[in-house]
Amino acid sequence: MNPISFVTQMIRIAIPYLFAASGGVVAERAGIVSLTLEGFMLSGAFAAVLGTNYSGSPWVGVLSGVLGGLIFALIHAVATIRYRADQVVVGVAINLLAIGVTRFFLKLFFASSSNSPRVAGFGGNINMAGFDNPLLWLGIIVAPVMAFVIYKTPFGLRVRAVGEHPDAAESVGVSVKRVRYAAVALSGMLAALGGVYLALDQHQFTDQMTAGRGFIAISAVIFGRWDPIRAALACLLFAAAETLQIQLQGSHAIPSQFIEMIPYALVIIALAGVVGRAIPPAALGRVED
Amino acid sequence: MRKLILVTSLLLAVHIALLFTRRSAKAEGKETSSVRIGIVLDVGGRGDKSFNDGAYAGADSATRMLGSNIRFIEPGEGADREAGLRLLAAEGMNLVIGVGFIFTDDLANLAKEYPNTAFAGIDYALATDANGNVIPPPPNVAALKFREEEGSYLVGALAALVGHSKKVGFVGGMDIPLIHKFEAGYRAGVKKVCPDCQIIAQYAGVTPDAFKNPGKGKELALSQYNQGVEVIFHAAGSTGQGVFEAARATNKLAIGVDSDQNDEAPGHVLTSMVKGVNTVTFDAISRVQNHTFKGGIYSFGLKEGGVGYIYDNRNRALIPDSVHARVEELKQEIIAGRIKVPSSR
Repeated sequence: MNPISFVTQMIRIAIPYLFAASGGVVAERAGIVSLTLEGFMLSGAFAAVLGTNYSGSPWVGVLSGVLGGLIFALIHAVATIRYRADQVVVGVAINLLAIGVTRFFLKLFFASSSNSPRVAGFGGNINMAGFDNPLLWLGIIVAPVMAFVIYKTPFGLRVRAVGEHPDAAESVGVSVKRVRYAAVALSGMLAALGGVYLALDQHQFTDQMTAGRGFIAISAVIFGRWDPIRAALACLLFAAAETLQIQLQGSHAIPSQFIEMIPYALVIIALAGVVGRAIPPAALGRVED
Repeated sequence: MRKLILVTSLLLAVHIALLFTRRSAKAEGKETSSVRIGIVLDVGGRGDKSFNDGAYAGADSATRMLGSNIRFIEPGEGADREAGLRLLAAEGMNLVIGVGFIFTDDLANLAKEYPNTAFAGIDYALATDANGNVIPPPPNVAALKFREEEGSYLVGALAALVGHSKKVGFVGGMDIPLIHKFEAGYRAGVKKVCPDCQIIAQYAGVTPDAFKNPGKGKELALSQYNQGVEVIFHAAGSTGQGVFEAARATNKLAIGVDSDQNDEAPGHVLTSMVKGVNTVTFDAISRVQNHTFKGGIYSFGLKEGGVGYIYDNRNRALIPDSVHARVEELKQEIIAGRIKVPSSR
């Protein structure tokens, strides 16, 4: 096994996780359960292909992809913050909605239920192994940037406050609702970038192409105990397990099913409190009056 | 809260009502034929460039050539598959076709409730009892199966003869026996023409998601191409889109599956292992039309035109004449029964 190809493949696999997990951390730190990452990613992927297809520019695709994630995030925010619906239930609904909506528009715009036509994208130089894709570099820096935002900026302080103790935040004049709206919107846009990366790397959208990556990202958020950097490391760990599974498969040394279960087994171990206690933000999922 | 329940139940009622709507008789077209056929497509419906489109094409030619009266149902996600079959059976269709192995259990159950209706399942999955004997389908069900291993054998030989690196690749979708058939045939075909060739076979996962994960497909294919593989055969649904993308990126070759996938990456698709879903659908309809329909297991291989590989103007440049001749030779030997292709690993 070549170490350079291992690391480059691991990073390529980790990028969608890194974007989505950063989004998950922001929303959950503000007290909103982020089961929706999968749906945000999928809508981002589709909107990116739509934008790229009609403009010819992948950068327009990035913008429309982010917008796609934002729309779904706002639906989620309105339902859970304004109408105080159960966040888990709405989250599941958003994911199903994203599958249905993207499939519907796939048929409407591209007359296919399986995939869009090929569109422009990033990268493509064989010798660069995917590292000529600007989104990949954005994905690498997103976690440190989010760590700065959450720990060093007034906005980050408010996010943490409304997630831990909304009443206290409210009492000093912070609008809990407004901060949560902003956090969920940011989370939708970040997670959408994960989907945008996937779609533009493939140069097309295929039905349900995110294939559960949003749920792996959620696992990374929990495994990383709601800290952007630790969540990013968890993403890299999961990506490493996947890369190992790809590169060891076929050698028949270890059954692929075994390596495939590693990320999930790790999450269960983390939740069981073996590696330090996993304490979620105190107000996570609580409905405010 | 009460308002919400009211609105929800109202919407639900409308939804259920819409399930039972049908086109008015005027729009039905050919009313001359007394034989009525109902087809329930798999999730995705028309435009999947694969199974559903194949079944639609077969039904379409039956409408044109036999004047069959055909109705389609495209179910959404989940449980309304069974409802679709039941609706068609209850309407007294002469033949109800379920497209895809996913319909197996529903067909078997409904066939018992409607013993006078003919049913057909494309890719019908036969169960086996404790001793490994095949349990036959109910007497009014035709299990339409493909011998994918035979087509895979030919593309395996093709891959080994066209590549020069002694390494060929295989990317499967979900790690299940249905896909192992493709791998087994492919391996046998490679070994037949190149006994010292190495075959790298990988699967995208162990859940149904593995058929819809082009990102994973691309990474699997890239890692195989990096190891020196020149041709990869995929049997992985839309995960295969990633294999084509990797073939483009590294300027290597890939082999498509189920339908002619040349359009996915022109110049990089060596050939496609095609399943004649249209042929099989047409065949089942014509049997009902001729009153020769019988339940049982129908197996379609090279001989019956149920499987094959693409060789036309678009990929002729990639396949030397001598290679094509050798593959055709193997095809004739399989048809004659001189080569037995294994169907499991």
